[in-house]
Amino acid sequence: MTTAKLPMAAQIVGRIEESPTIFTLRLRLADAQARERYRFAPGQFNMVYLYGVGEIPISIVSDPRDPSLLDHTIRALGRVTHGLADLCVGDHIGLRGPFGRGWPMQEAEGHDILVITGGLGCAPVVAVINYVLMRRERFGRLTIIQGVKHAEELIWRERYAYWNTLPDTRVLLAADHGGPLWPWHVGLVTEVFDKAQITSERTIVMMCGPEAMMQAGIKSLIGRGITEDRIYLSMERSMHCAVGHCGHCQYGASFVCRDGPVFAYPRIKELFRFKGF
Amino acid sequence: MSDYLPRERFEDLLQQLEHAGYVCVGPTVRDGAIVYDRLNSAADLPAGLSDEQTPGTYRIRSTGSARQFAWANGPQGLKPLLFAPRETLWQATRQSDGTLTFANATVAQSKLAFIGARACDLAALALHDQHFLHGAHSDPPYANRRRDLFIVAVHCSHPAQTCFCASTGDGPSATYGFDIALGELDEGYVAQAGSERGQTVLCALGLSPADPAQVAALERQSQDAASKQTRTLPGRNLRAALFANLDHPRWHDVAERCLSCGNCTSVCPTCFCHSETEHAQLDGASSEHVREWDSCFTRGHSYIHGLTIRPDTRTRYRQWLTHKLGSWHEQYGRSGCVGCGRCISWCPVGIDITEEASVICLQGQ
Repeated sequence: MTTAKLPMAAQIVGRIEESPTIFTLRLRLADAQARERYRFAPGQFNMVYLYGVGEIPISIVSDPRDPSLLDHTIRALGRVTHGLADLCVGDHIGLRGPFGRGWPMQEAEGHDILVITGGLGCAPVVAVINYVLMRRERFGRLTIIQGVKHAEELIWRERYAYWNTLPDTRVLLAADHGGPLWPWHVGLVTEVFDKAQITSERTIVMMCGPEAMMQAGIKSLIGRGITEDRIYLSMERSMHCAVGHCGHCQYGASFVCRDGPVFAYPRIKELFRFKGF
Repeated sequence: MSDYLPRERFEDLLQQLEHAGYVCVGPTVRDGAIVYDRLNSAADLPAGLSDEQTPGTYRIRSTGSARQFAWANGPQGLKPLLFAPRETLWQATRQSDGTLTFANATVAQSKLAFIGARACDLAALALHDQHFLHGAHSDPPYANRRRDLFIVAVHCSHPAQTCFCASTGDGPSATYGFDIALGELDEGYVAQAGSERGQTVLCALGLSPADPAQVAALERQSQDAASKQTRTLPGRNLRAALFANLDHPRWHDVAERCLSCGNCTSVCPTCFCHSETEHAQLDGASSEHVREWDSCFTRGHSYIHGLTIRPDTRTRYRQWLTHKLGSWHEQYGRSGCVGCGRCISWCPVGIDITEEASVICLQGQ
């Protein structure tokens, strides 16, 4: 009962340098019983604690089939993440979780999956991509659309290229500013929607990224006949407690930490066009 | 069935509670305001004093009356007692091999008897109980303090000019959430038990029944206290009206006046926002995880990596008001405002929540 409020000790058992500022930490809970009990769903997050510095919410990107190893992809941006970036395999940290509601993976079975992300906010949907690819027969077409401002912002270029070679899987990337070695679309992310061959009645959309991008994406999708209840998005807000008490993540009546971070679009639609919530 | 507690026997009530193992906390004067603090005797009560409250003003003045509760409220309700302004939640200890252990902070807490709770504050307490106790995760420090709290309510007989509890339906008389409720008359108190343990305390005092004339006088006094209130909110549920007016020009107007200081959220008995920060000890071996009251009027409240969701006062005031009078209905089944008027009195520029809400809700663009 107290695990939601008190961190559990965990050890870093793997570290991958994804880019100069982005890294993935693979964590293993120290206590065998805690490890045994721990279960999560794609889209859920942990509060990752750096000793003496603080906690931050980080989405779990590894597969739920093996909850003994928990991968967290992190961008070094603030005090905690800069500190986490300096840690090595064997170092110890704290972890509370998992929290929140994840992606509707069960409901999405039998459907085409359209994953749309923008900027660097792709970690929560990488969990979806990995989940679908490991259970390929349960899902229809997988389309991965990602937009970035500058071509050099894109991490996992090889991974996208590899995903694009898989059967029934399509990758469409767009950069506002391309560059000489950019083989993908140059322009807005919504401009590649036409190439995606979306079958609206068979598709479930899962999005995350900057809200302006998601707003434009939703508008464009609805114009293509996708109904609002088929659109899910992962929201990001400040979080301190992760249990719906501290108030930072409130979005209208929702506590993003508890009622999200993944929301069906109709649930948050009322406020989505307003800045400042 | 009501008892009569003569004024000179108030001391016996305090002693009876102390005898039952409680530390009494109640209203007393400090720094020019009526605050809740340790009561050593009935002499600590603010006898002969009243409060004058207007937008941006709070002053105590002398009345010459023997009454001990002839005032509305001070800056605090029950909130600071149960939801501490600052406290350690847990501690991380680092061993020499780098491994970490975590332990919850222990709260050494005496059993408290709270004397003089107002109806508005009991309504706020019920809301905080919902927030901190009755969700999926109960908050241990709050739960520890709440468990043994004994509450003596005192019906409000002298509402301030800033009060509007009659409009929110939360006062001026306490109707629930107390162990004992007292109604003050010139000669003493009409006492009523609200729980078994309250009944036990009253029985031990051996009081005689209240005279029907006293009960009637109390009823009249309560009606007077309600009818004296001039401020009102433009409805009990303003959710739809507020969210239909998110682009109302009044948000800009109020932002021109609001200092974004957070006084309103500090004195509000229902505001629950808090931040969690880390305090590493100098020995390098341990670190405390501390929570403190936070306010949605700060820049940090909505900060996420490189982006402040609410960068200006307009969006912060709008967040506060649409939450307080709007989203609370979906979250906790009622408004987050209990009509205590503290945010009006303690606002340095005298912004009046009832006025802002009325302009935004009644004069939609």
